[in-house]
Amino acid sequence: MAGSYYVPEQSSLPIAATIAASIMMLGAGTWVVDLNAGNVYSNGSTIFAVGLAAVLAVMWFWFSTVIKEHQAGMNSAQLQKSYVWGMGWFIFSEVMFFAAFFGALFYVRTFSVPWLAGEGDKGVTNMLWTGFENTWPLMQTPAQALAESTGVITADHVKGPDQVIPWSGLPLINTLLLLSSSVTVHFAHVGLKNGNDKAMTRWLGATIILGFVFVGFQAEEYVLAYTQLGLTLESGVYGATFFMLTGFHGLHVCIGAIMLSIMWLRHRRGHFKPHDHFGFEAASWYWHFVDVVWVGLFLFVYIL
Amino acid sequence: MSAVIDNHTHDHHGPKKGFMRWILTTNHKDIGAMYLWFSFAMFFVGGAFALVIRSELFQPGLQMVEPEFFNQMTTMHGLIMVFGAVMPAFVGLANWLIPVMIGAPDMALPRLNNWSFWLLPFSFAILLSSLFMEGGGANYGWTFYAPLSTTYAPPSVTFFIFAMHLMGVSSIMGSINIIATIFNMRAPGMTLMKMPMFVWSWLITSYLLVAVIPVLAGVITMMLMDINFGTSFFDAAGGGDPVLFQHVFWFFGHPEVYIMILPAFGIVSHIIPAFARKTLFGYSSMVYATSSIAFLSFIVWAHHMFTVGIPLVGELFFMYATMLIAVPTGVKVFNWVTTMFRGSMTFETPMLFAIAFVVLFTIGGFSGLMLAVAPADFQYHDTYFVVAHFHYVLVPGAIFAIFAAMYYWLPKMTGNMYPEWLGKLHFWLSFVGMNLTFFPMHFIGLAGMPRRIPDYNMQFADFNMVASVGAFAFGITQLIFLAVVVITIRGGKKAEAKSWEGADGLEWSLPSPAPYHSFSTPPEVK
Ligand code: HEM
Ligand SMILES: [Cu+2]
Repeated sequence: MAGSYYVPEQSSLPIAATIAASIMMLGAGTWVVDLNAGNVYSNGSTIFAVGLAAVLAVMWFWFSTVIKEHQAGMNSAQLQKSYVWGMGWFIFSEVMFFAAFFGALFYVRTFSVPWLAGEGDKGVTNMLWTGFENTWPLMQTPAQALAESTGVITADHVKGPDQVIPWSGLPLINTLLLLSSSVTVHFAHVGLKNGNDKAMTRWLGATIILGFVFVGFQAEEYVLAYTQLGLTLESGVYGATFFMLTGFHGLHVCIGAIMLSIMWLRHRRGHFKPHDHFGFEAASWYWHFVDVVWVGLFLFVYIL
Repeated sequence: MSAVIDNHTHDHHGPKKGFMRWILTTNHKDIGAMYLWFSFAMFFVGGAFALVIRSELFQPGLQMVEPEFFNQMTTMHGLIMVFGAVMPAFVGLANWLIPVMIGAPDMALPRLNNWSFWLLPFSFAILLSSLFMEGGGANYGWTFYAPLSTTYAPPSVTFFIFAMHLMGVSSIMGSINIIATIFNMRAPGMTLMKMPMFVWSWLITSYLLVAVIPVLAGVITMMLMDINFGTSFFDAAGGGDPVLFQHVFWFFGHPEVYIMILPAFGIVSHIIPAFARKTLFGYSSMVYATSSIAFLSFIVWAHHMFTVGIPLVGELFFMYATMLIAVPTGVKVFNWVTTMFRGSMTFETPMLFAIAFVVLFTIGGFSGLMLAVAPADFQYHDTYFVVAHFHYVLVPGAIFAIFAAMYYWLPKMTGNMYPEWLGKLHFWLSFVGMNLTFFPMHFIGLAGMPRRIPDYNMQFADFNMVASVGAFAFGITQLIFLAVVVITIRGGKKAEAKSWEGADGLEWSLPSPAPYHSFSTPPEVK
């Protein structure tokens, strides 16, 4: 190529990624449909697992290719900027994904639940759900309220949770963990920029540990919710918003922590230089994003 | 499009030979061409479904298909045309044109580009296969409102959801690539305010895509959970609300309709100046108008929900906000007309399509304004008037612009001029067919004929028959376009580097056909 911008010739990575992702989605679809139909002899989970493994393998090869190209000096400063733009906009798309779920939460809390309880502009809907009252967390669902006040059991008799998780326990600890992990990852970055390898190793290691401890606590919270509090995905719209928001967040923490772990290993192998470490920077941006989402969650899901 | 790449004038290697070239390619022209062919194929599939609909509606009564199948046809027609035909066509044009318009060697992230494309055939294979699944395919309308798409949906809805997820990944990755290309790959000297309008329109479109496709992913995920895992997002019994679905969907859906029209605005802003032999009137106002449309498109979504039961303040806010969009849209129409004013115009096929775009899109804009009047919408909503409205903005809007673009840049892509008489024939037959199909829908809609119903009252019979005849005429006419493309690829009068007298822009500085690798060394832009 005459130009300085590196355009890879041909690549089998993307088609492999397409096939892997399609297998994964087909497997997930089969699995879920069979599960719902009560079909126990489903091979959906196997197909899904194969697809997932393939996706991970392709990601592995794809990223190592990019790293090797970079080490071979094929990536100009301009190409690096493409990666920077790419990561930035990818995070923006993730923000919008969470925005959909936060939007749903705000909508049910400010509109649909009060309306169902007979308040506000569309309070007329309360006619169908006699006895329902507007509380948040929603402990008693409209279906329950109707059953209690009139004895009518609706087809989809959704039960509310028995208890919810108070913000002052595990969630508060988790907030502290995640907030400090944002600080530690910043220290790691400073260390790396100053050429202080040890500081980078230690602070990044600390970040990763904090991240996984967070995930551990989150898992404990889920077990508690399911076994003792009667708080499940199925406990009305409170359970739905609670588990979808915290669940997707937890998934993102896992992904972020895995990314950082890989960066830790790459650092140990000497991949990063004080002025050239975008892989790490991208992972740390992602980490900060996950952290900010948590602050939103802590405020709107747990406290308020 | 083999002619595109048979170019041995370049010293460094051209494309690989054979089938694997298309699967492994990282070249923006190859990928752009594949997007365009894919879109064209989907256009025929979606078109075939539309003709099933129009056959059933040729006469009142039920004669051709079962109502259940009719529902699958309306749903699949909408989904395929929106996500399979219009969007990929614009992405294909973006791939082909943006690097050559900004003087770049390729897209910023070529491998990602290949991935974005190949996800599409796979996801549409899954979507189409749902037609053959137990319980039938998607039958809940292209807007898949809950609870039709949740409580009452066939089991195949889960595959629909996963297919949409794959499409979403494709769109997001594609748009990120376009944004990175535009911000990072412009030739030295090409400042933002010197960018061609098509590039501008795609910059803004990609921004819309990255902002709203994740919201679509969110809403289908909520559906998935409601259907299979017992959540109550859209179920009042658990404190949720089916209307929530509509809010989240239309927060995606309204920007989505602009995603399908902004690139068309960009295309027309190239073609009208070229054939009026004047520069575009009001370039910067075009940029600002496009940006304002994009901004406003985030705060008008509930105009699709006037009749669903939203508070009065909501009705008023969304009514006025929607009407506001007419202002920047008017600016654009004004600028196109003023560009033509006292120009030395000629009427080659691209120009014919572009002028028809301006006139007919404006009709669609006006019917949109009528629909935006909340109290009036109580009568129009869910009638054929809405169908007339959105087909006027999408067929002579989005699709005519795609045709215009193909005729305009086909010489650059293939190195040959297309047969002008065939192009003109294609245009006039499309023009007549399209108006025959959709204009009567205004009348039957105002008279109260509901949309998405396979049977209708006798009083609507005549206009429906006209619409069905028009639809078949329009559909068959599109085979002419297929012929034009094939003929032009295989030969014809050689195109010059600057194929049109009034054409302007970096792409015309390259030979026709454009070399396999566009600008290996960036040109200087003054
Ligand atoms: C001046 C600009 C526009 C205005 C004021 C406008 C207004 C509206 C309104 C109020 C509706 C809802 C009607 C109802 O369901 O009762 C509607 C529907 C629709 N509009 Fe527009 N519109 C405009 C431009 C566009 C453009 C540019 C496109 C696409 C290229 C578009 C595509 C659609 C579609 C697809 C629907 C129907 C969605 C459905 O229910 O299936 N509109 N429009
Ligand atoms: Cu709209």
